[in-house]
Amino acid sequence: MTEVTMSIWRGDSSGGSFFDYNLERVEGEVVLDVVHRIQATLAPDLACRWNCKAGKCGSCSAEIDGKPSLMCMTRMDTLPNDKITITPMKTFPIIRDLVTDVSFNYVMARQIPPFTPGDPEPDGTYRMQQVDIDRAQEFHKCIECFLCQDVCHVIRDHEVNKLYYAGPRFFVRLASLDMHPLDTVDRRELARQHLGLGFCNITKCCTEVCPEHIKITDNAIIPLKERVVDSSYDPIAWLGRKIRRKVKYTVDQVYALAPAQVAPTALDRLPATAIDDEGKS
Amino acid sequence: MDVNTEDILTQSFDVLVIGAGGAGLRAAIESRSRGLSTAVICKSLYGKAHTVMAEGGVAAALGNVYSEDNWKVHFRDTVRGGKMLNNWRMAQLHAQEAPDRVLELEAWGALFDRTDDGRILQRDFGGHRYARLAHVGDRTGLEMIRTLQNKATSVGIEVFMEHKILRILVDASGNACGALGYTRPSGQFVLFKAKAIVLATGGIGRSWKYTSNSWESTGDGHALAFSAGADMIDMECVQFHPTGMVWPLSVRGLLVTEGVRGDGGALLNSENQRFMFNYIPEMFRAETAETEEEADRWYEDHASARRTPDLLPRDEVARAINAEVKAGRGSPHGGVFLDIASRRTPEYIKRRLPSMYSQFLELAGVDITQEPMEVGPTCHYMMGGVRVDADTAATTVPGLFAAGEVAGGMHGANRLGGNSLSDLIVFGRRAGIGAADYAEGLAGTVDPEVSQATETAKEALAPFSRETGESPYRIHADLQECMQTLVGIIRTESELLQALDEISKLKERASKASVQGGREYNPAWNLATDLPSMLAVSEMVTRGALDRKESRGGHTRDDYPSPDPEFAKVNLVQRMQDGTHTVQPEPLPEMPEELKALFEDDHTGQAPKEDH
Amino acid sequence: MVSTVEDTGVKSGTAIPVEIGKPRGGPEGRRTLRQDRWWLSPAVTVTVLTSFIAYATFAAFQGRYYYVGAQQHRNLISPFYSPCIANSCQRVAGSHPLGIWASFWNFSPALLILIVPLGFRLTCYYYRKAYYRSFWQSPPACGVADGHKSYTGETRFPLILQNIHRYFLYLALLFNVVLTMDAVLAFNFPGQGIGFSVGTLVLCVNAALLWIYTVSCHACRHLCGGQLNKFSKHPIRYRFWKAITPLNARHMQLAWVSLIFVALTDLYVRLVASGIIHDYKIF
Ligand code: SF4
Ligand code: SF4
Ligand code: FES
Ligand code: FES
Repeated sequence: MTEVTMSIWRGDSSGGSFFDYNLERVEGEVVLDVVHRIQATLAPDLACRWNCKAGKCGSCSAEIDGKPSLMCMTRMDTLPNDKITITPMKTFPIIRDLVTDVSFNYVMARQIPPFTPGDPEPDGTYRMQQVDIDRAQEFHKCIECFLCQDVCHVIRDHEVNKLYYAGPRFFVRLASLDMHPLDTVDRRELARQHLGLGFCNITKCCTEVCPEHIKITDNAIIPLKERVVDSSYDPIAWLGRKIRRKVKYTVDQVYALAPAQVAPTALDRLPATAIDDEGKS
Repeated sequence: MDVNTEDILTQSFDVLVIGAGGAGLRAAIESRSRGLSTAVICKSLYGKAHTVMAEGGVAAALGNVYSEDNWKVHFRDTVRGGKMLNNWRMAQLHAQEAPDRVLELEAWGALFDRTDDGRILQRDFGGHRYARLAHVGDRTGLEMIRTLQNKATSVGIEVFMEHKILRILVDASGNACGALGYTRPSGQFVLFKAKAIVLATGGIGRSWKYTSNSWESTGDGHALAFSAGADMIDMECVQFHPTGMVWPLSVRGLLVTEGVRGDGGALLNSENQRFMFNYIPEMFRAETAETEEEADRWYEDHASARRTPDLLPRDEVARAINAEVKAGRGSPHGGVFLDIASRRTPEYIKRRLPSMYSQFLELAGVDITQEPMEVGPTCHYMMGGVRVDADTAATTVPGLFAAGEVAGGMHGANRLGGNSLSDLIVFGRRAGIGAADYAEGLAGTVDPEVSQATETAKEALAPFSRETGESPYRIHADLQECMQTLVGIIRTESELLQALDEISKLKERASKASVQGGREYNPAWNLATDLPSMLAVSEMVTRGALDRKESRGGHTRDDYPSPDPEFAKVNLVQRMQDGTHTVQPEPLPEMPEELKALFEDDHTGQAPKEDH
Repeated sequence: MVSTVEDTGVKSGTAIPVEIGKPRGGPEGRRTLRQDRWWLSPAVTVTVLTSFIAYATFAAFQGRYYYVGAQQHRNLISPFYSPCIANSCQRVAGSHPLGIWASFWNFSPALLILIVPLGFRLTCYYYRKAYYRSFWQSPPACGVADGHKSYTGETRFPLILQNIHRYFLYLALLFNVVLTMDAVLAFNFPGQGIGFSVGTLVLCVNAALLWIYTVSCHACRHLCGGQLNKFSKHPIRYRFWKAITPLNARHMQLAWVSLIFVALTDLYVRLVASGIIHDYKIF
């Protein structure tokens, strides 16, 4: 069989470059298999993350020929070129080789108030119809590979926006909470003012890369945007709320429920890099 | 390379949980909710633990689909599936508490599939008399871990990601009070001091070549507990899941959920026969269908028909597949066929088994709505493990607790599908309570012996200082080959002895392994530090297998092909005693009469009723 | 390799405690490592949209040939000019129930009328994606660097106005009613009674495509049912939502097809009105 050249970016926070590895092609292999073969023979200390090798854990995210992908779900025979580049996810700080520091995402997860159900039925349990949970179940498929976060140009190409933008993975989470039939917290102002929903310009790259084929933009982000229109931009809806005297949570009220506020951990005490108003550090 | 105490970072907590899968997170939530400072150590990133791989569901006698179901039936199924080797008290607590734990997950935001009246839907699974598995399509484990992760996030647990623990530290009087590990990104050593420690490290599959387990499953917890002096039980009982992928080679071993059979899939040999009808054991004959027609009718109606033999407990199915392949009736790549395509509509398959569908399509190029799958046994689960007290999850080492796969006893000699997820949340919680109680009862600060830490760190760094030596990858590959061929699904004395011999050689080689590069995220070094655990576990499995001279559940001896009633009464206990590794039979805890009575009507196939 | 932190002057909201400005991996200064033809799709978008705009501008400014009337025994009006409400619509008025009420408008009626469909499509979630990617290069394709130094998305004026999309939807629905009426009226052949010609067919198809496109709108999907959290409590709205969802999944295709067909419809009417072709009567 033919040979293939894997051109892998290797380096750390002080810089790096591409290293080429030539290997035989083996039938039925995925990119991660090839990386493992390189580890076992040519470069034992080549750093990469993986766990399940089945597209279920979302650990092995990297960029293959410039496209954010799971290495374990990209079959070699789907890549047309004889030279394949693998680079670490671009959006996150580098640790080493293909491994990046994805703690950004774990900080973001702490900005969202948790699921807060209403009262259960008299027998202490809850009832939900399948039609009521279909939408949120799609979002629960997320394996937290953070490929959508990686590809999203809002933070990929504009570092400063990380201070104001939760990213598609967390819009998916917000949508799953917002559409959960039992949840009682209105997180819309939080999404608008604190988590940067408005930064997304619905260009759908997140949807293109999602290995779980979650329709992130169509089913999570746009519905969220429309829900925010209901709460903030639609004068008729505003009037309706006034008449029915419905209160809207302010961003501060909702944010007060976020884990980062309620139960802070070391992650929330990150050196806040003396962020000033302009987002300059 | 010398390591000074200054090179080691110190962190202190009330409760330290090692392992961030279902059991670990559940334990941490419990202890944190009691107001104790709690840390969770993940070997990889947060939320990636092997629990995400669980597919089929979580077994709990909710009785939503069959109201006849109750904890007694579940208990009986579990113990019969475990070939009577289970710790009865664990099996009882498990069956009694699983429903509450599942409902609790729902209150924390989990979205299980629903029945028409809005309750949690339950599916059929091997060895369970009634449809009992709460599930979310075929990604139940993911739902569970994400729910627990979000809950843990919201109660403020400190999470240490990508940390490998090398040793449990004990104080002068032998109480566990700390752990030494390093963080993978920088290679920095960290000493965790804690009043109580919960082991929840999961499985051991990485010592076999074909396994459904991820790289993390190197048996760290088993090895840590053993070297800290804890008792281990029934380490020979390793489950080979009957249906793993067999092709392409690079994904061989990857799990194919039992849900495929629960939802109508049938096993076929190359002669297109449903061979499972030829392998129905006596114990299950009364409640297993005799004809294909009856088996197919059972899916719709459990009252008038008996269950399909395709859903016999996993050990039976795995052995049957093994036998078919040996007899030359296997599929082209050395498995058998699992066919759902001709039995259910494509829409049904895609709705019920979405990730199986994409797994086969994307990795093997097989459309399971059109063609049968090729499947074969794969190393899946460790039934044995650290001996624990059923109610508190305490091990025999004070201050050390264990829950989940690392703990032994719950599943006996064979685990039923779906019982592991429920095991995690039932005993995860109990371990959390046990550890919290213990920690609250301790006054003052804990004081691990620091020399243990520096010594361990030094050992861990040794491979860097060896200029020449083997690559850890080689040693690992050879260990996998050895365990796969010699301590696989069917075992014999001569092969086990040979395996022991090989393992000691491998230990020797591992002690001379060398790695290049730095400590920062160096997978070769990480593997080198995993090898001792894998070797220790492999040795325990092999020794246990040698001494259990019978076939029972996951443990099958070619030279002792049938179960021996004498062995049914004992756990094989392994421990370090004065520097020597001993294996001793010790009697199982005696089951109370009222529970024993549940097994008396076995021959009638009647299910026990719940008394109110 | 430290990515520079540009000053975008973002002030909305409070900052989230993340560290920024740490070194990233991968090669520096490369726009993308993609080797496929990622530029194709934005290029096609630019070409098609530009051609449409060019044609629409020409058609709108022409101010004539938008109506085929009684002299030709027809009643066909270009969708660009309907509802024809401006001063110059006298010739159409007799046969059109909406009449002329914007008599203050002395320019081409299309310039007034096109505001609605233009606004609707300009704020459409799909077209936003299309022009942000192709014209604004933000980003040109996935994994290809943004063409701009700073970025605030739709958080500020003017782009924050995209949020009024649903009001354009309401107007677009009204327009669809008008265009449907036009299609119905096209069955009337003055002096010849009821009939059916190629022109009738074109107007019918055009109206149908516009309906489907409009109904498949994201805002429509939201308002019909998407905004609910418990579908089971609102079975009718759920049914609407469920019917719209598969259409919505094809919103992009519908956006293109309906756009191109509107232009073709106008072209057809224009060609017939200017006498270049004859509208073939089928029965
Ligand atoms: S659609 Fe929005 S969230 Fe998704 S990649 Fe584009 S800008 Fe980011
Ligand atoms: S939404 Fe999709 S792409 Fe984003 S993290 Fe989840 S699985 Fe990955
Ligand atoms: S290794 Fe788990 S997703 Fe690739
Ligand atoms: S018309 Fe495209 S989203 Fe409304």
